[in-house]
Amino acid sequence: MSLRQPGPRAGVATGLLLGPPLLWLGVAYLGALAALLVTAFFSVGEFTSEVIKVFTLDNFSSLLSEPIYRTVAFRTIGIAVLVTVVDAVLALPIAFFMAKVASPRVQRALVIAVLMPLWASYLVKAYAWRAMLSASGPLSSMGLHIGYGLPGLIITLGYLWLPYMILPVYAGLQRLPGSLLEASADLGASAGTTFRRVVIPSIFPSLVAGSIFTFSLTMGDYIAVKIVGGPTQMIGNVIYESVGTANNLPFAAAYAFVPILVMLVYLWAVRRTGALENL
Amino acid sequence: MIPTRLKVFYGAATAVVLLLIYAPLALVVLNSFNTSKSFAWPPTGFTTEWWSRAWHSSGARHALLVSIEVALLATAVSLVLGTLAALGLQRSRFFGRNAISLLIILPIALPGIVTGIALNNMFRTVLGMQLGLLTVVIAHATFCIVTVFNNVQARLRRLQGSLQEASADLGARPFTTFRLVTFPLLRSALLAGALLAFALSFDEIVVTTFTVSATQQTLPIWIFANLFRPNQAPVVNVVAAALIVLSIVPIWFAQRISDDPQTH
Repeated sequence: MSLRQPGPRAGVATGLLLGPPLLWLGVAYLGALAALLVTAFFSVGEFTSEVIKVFTLDNFSSLLSEPIYRTVAFRTIGIAVLVTVVDAVLALPIAFFMAKVASPRVQRALVIAVLMPLWASYLVKAYAWRAMLSASGPLSSMGLHIGYGLPGLIITLGYLWLPYMILPVYAGLQRLPGSLLEASADLGASAGTTFRRVVIPSIFPSLVAGSIFTFSLTMGDYIAVKIVGGPTQMIGNVIYESVGTANNLPFAAAYAFVPILVMLVYLWAVRRTGALENL
Repeated sequence: MIPTRLKVFYGAATAVVLLLIYAPLALVVLNSFNTSKSFAWPPTGFTTEWWSRAWHSSGARHALLVSIEVALLATAVSLVLGTLAALGLQRSRFFGRNAISLLIILPIALPGIVTGIALNNMFRTVLGMQLGLLTVVIAHATFCIVTVFNNVQARLRRLQGSLQEASADLGARPFTTFRLVTFPLLRSALLAGALLAFALSFDEIVVTTFTVSATQQTLPIWIFANLFRPNQAPVVNVVAAALIVLSIVPIWFAQRISDDPQTH
């Protein structure tokens, strides 16, 4: 397995190594995505619910013309923004404490404490908030009647994705030299000013990296919505209902373009911040 | 230096966030011993009845076995494919490198529901397959490849290939070099990648929903199907509590791997 061996044999070996994974991902995955893309331009028979393989833009025009789909799309984006803000606000102090205040031993313990819920099942964590928010649960008995609905959903989603925000922010703060904070203090800046003008700008790429997770994960969610969201509908629910209940895969495929498009625009918008290297 | 006043503030904020992280999980564990079927707070009394009921629940047991089977198979496939991809990319600097990395990350980067309906459409309408365990394993392996790939690639980058070159210079054939040099050096990276792949597959619900048959249930599917049935609530809660306690195992395992002197 000599690595820099030039000539055709190295190329053949590379091809043999890359062949199976590329076939798998190319056929099973890219093929499936391409087929989905094509399906978005099909329709279903009104009575038979068979897919009619004739090119049409009907799915996209009903996406644009019926206000409910716009409302759901904007609501989902709004929830994603709120969840991201909540996570950033919660992640900053704990990540700062881990990176800049705690002793190495405490630091190690905290990393494990933050990582541990990442290993706990997604479904179990959503279920835990169902118990927290329930009418007979601990929050209600303390007088906090949040219940199942939009606020409970934002809390739960924020809870679910919090570790994905803490870890990149922590990594970013670790790379920030402590001398910069001292220099800022020596020049007379208050702690708040240092935080706003030194800490935030230098870890901005890490914050954006974390937000890619919180945003993307929220955009596709429908399970947590069903567990704690009450009557709330997000993009994921509409797609799920279109496939399951309505048996209308072409429409589901068309609507799936919304989260994909939002994520692509988001990734494109943040590409210059260096966030993608901080994932 | 950071002033003491601020240190106290950050310390207090950290304590609050940790409390927020652990309180819901603790509640689930507590409720699994709560005599109240609707989990009244404060708990009405102590019982182990729910645990024994869950232990004898055939649905939960069957779902657990299905989940383990799927996760083991998906992990095995992604170990092979992820390692091949990492080795293949290590050897070459051709123009498609970044495209291939992106292709490997894509199944995990796109929302699960997109991957789910894309594979559902592929299996049923394009390939005419019956949904079942095989389709779930294919789907899970597709998004698990990335964990193995990332771990192996990171390790290979640090090794830089000089040991493999030395082995080749000493006359070892490619497969011998892999068996005696590369594989031992990769072992802990492979373990870490496999652990992540297993956890990812074991926990997955969205893609699974769209690729599994109605009769086969993985554990997450079983939990979700029984979550809204008041009668099953205590059993579901015990399964959730057991999963919380069990999530300490991979943490312990991961710590063991990172303490492995070979990796430093």
